[in-house]
Amino acid sequence: MSEAVAVDSTGTPLPSVGQARSRAGSKQATLRRVLRQRSAIVGLTILLFLLATAVLAEVIAPHPPNLAMIGIEDGVRARSAPCIHLLGCPESQPQHLLGTDGNVRDQFSRLVFGARISLLIGFVTVGGAIFVGVVIGSIAGYLGGRVDNVLMRIMDMFLAFPALVLAIVIVSVLGRSLVNAMIAVSIVAIPIYARVMRSSVLSVREQDYVVAARALGDSPLSILVRRVMPNAITPLIVQGTLGIGSAVLEVAALSFLGIAAAQPLAEWGLMIGAERNQLFTAPWLVLAPGVALSLTVLGFNLLGDGLRDAFDPRLGR
Amino acid sequence: MIRFIIRRVLSSIPVLLGVILIVFTLVRVLPGDPCVAALGEKATEASCAAFNERFGLNEPLPIQLGIYIGDLASFDLGDSIRYSRPVSEILVERLPTTVELTIYALLFAIIVGVTLGIISAYRRNSIVDVGTMMLANLGVSIPVFVLGLILAYVFAIVLKETPFVLPPSGRLSAGFRFETIPQAWGMMDLQGPLRVVLDFLSRMYTVNGLITGQFGLLADAARHLILPALALGTIPMAIIARMTRSSLLEVLGQDYVRTANAKGLRPRLVLFRHGMRNALLPVVTVIGLSVGGLLSGAVLTETIFGLTGMGLTVFESITARDYIVIQGTAIVIAVIYVMVNLIVDVSYGFLDPRVRLS
Repeated sequence: MSEAVAVDSTGTPLPSVGQARSRAGSKQATLRRVLRQRSAIVGLTILLFLLATAVLAEVIAPHPPNLAMIGIEDGVRARSAPCIHLLGCPESQPQHLLGTDGNVRDQFSRLVFGARISLLIGFVTVGGAIFVGVVIGSIAGYLGGRVDNVLMRIMDMFLAFPALVLAIVIVSVLGRSLVNAMIAVSIVAIPIYARVMRSSVLSVREQDYVVAARALGDSPLSILVRRVMPNAITPLIVQGTLGIGSAVLEVAALSFLGIAAAQPLAEWGLMIGAERNQLFTAPWLVLAPGVALSLTVLGFNLLGDGLRDAFDPRLGR
Repeated sequence: MIRFIIRRVLSSIPVLLGVILIVFTLVRVLPGDPCVAALGEKATEASCAAFNERFGLNEPLPIQLGIYIGDLASFDLGDSIRYSRPVSEILVERLPTTVELTIYALLFAIIVGVTLGIISAYRRNSIVDVGTMMLANLGVSIPVFVLGLILAYVFAIVLKETPFVLPPSGRLSAGFRFETIPQAWGMMDLQGPLRVVLDFLSRMYTVNGLITGQFGLLADAARHLILPALALGTIPMAIIARMTRSSLLEVLGQDYVRTANAKGLRPRLVLFRHGMRNALLPVVTVIGLSVGGLLSGAVLTETIFGLTGMGLTVFESITARDYIVIQGTAIVIAVIYVMVNLIVDVSYGFLDPRVRLS
């Protein structure tokens, strides 16, 4: 296997702990450096837009996401083309910004509520992976020796699988549901965070201030939280931001394959999967969630790249 | 060099064992009854008992593991519940499709990605550079299954009446007849490993068409491969382009590049001999890593384009709850991935003498 260097989804090496630690100045200086990255700004803008959509879904969406419009509107049909009255769609037809889906639900409303679900999936999945990864990485780095070796070899074995394939195996065992799919994607992501955390622990373990803390009788947990975590937080945030993008993508892929989200949930991957056979007659039903999904991933990728560049002095532009 | 290769090969054996162990453990230890997973929620206790008996799930775990590894050593991946056929048989039929698709996707990714990366680095901050990198950012972010569906729509529907129309599904046009390699070469009596290899190559239609001179087959298969390969190759292409650019930029800032420029070497010579050669190592790493993404993406690509490869097999098995096939396919895919990583590691040795000696 290749060397144990933490890499992001693009294979770019992440800033090592030493580099992250050398950050100079206050929090404001850090923030300023992040905001100087153009990609971070664009990414942040996209994500704030998505976040606003997710929070204000009830206000933005004209209809409830799971409401079939049959019997509620006159002349409504399944998979009707987008109809916007302002753009010259006849008033006699009910207005649906992105048309209706196969179950006569308003596609635009489903798309809006989908933002909420996708962001939730991303944060929960990656949060879980980071938590477990941090625990494993800390134990491995702190105890060292045989424990370290065993834990890290197990992590390597997980990395020997293509991510989606391993996730599919896990879901097929756990049973198909959105929660199980999120667990699967989370498990698949753990090794990355375990590695980042472990290298953080290793790099500070012999530092004077840690040795001093140990000599003062601080418990391993307190040393971990107060001395090690501040050093590990930057690479974890960078890796986590990029990881949310891939987590959203992988869960959507599992939904698309039909083993994660189930109807009637307004999940983008599921929406694409449900209508993909109508691609040639109602392409907008596939395109709209597809664009939304890509935009979300793009947002997290750009922000992650920006954060990485901001924290990595080697990449001075 | 030989010692280096041997060491690398040996070090991948524990990883392979680990892969087997993980799949084995997942299927047996995770909460979730393989019987229920295979037979459905309404499986009765009696049918579950019979199921467990049939697949040896009554034995203690270590014995199950022993039997399992023994079976794997003789290429026995179990029998498909759905087809009542050995999984290995199904995979031998379907692997060539995936291998062919992955190779073309990877070729596209490497050729286009490296080229774009070099141009971007060489014309740093030009319009071309900014445009390429924006495209690369989009390329990394668009899901395989979305891109695949968009491509299918554009090339099969929007461009229907133009010469650019491409088929959105299948590997060959309906009713297309062709000869396998043994047929074409009059070697139908051949048996043994060579026959297996030839049958394997026969199912990679472009290879078959090329070496047996069936150019109609080659053209038809290639036409069917363009869209899936584009869909699958775009993400790695974008990743490779970004990596090539940043790696090359770093190298071009080195002193020896300045020296080479200062002594008046032609820019192209500096770029390729001094620049690219040293920038290649991280690019090769990324290429190796992206094979994992390609194998994951193949599941989605084959599902969308109706290509009967490993990926579609996984998808069908999910629907049919055929977990033995999923298990076997996952192991084979992971083994391929480990092998690719091995090749990547060995190629480091060729590219960088320091790796050999360490």
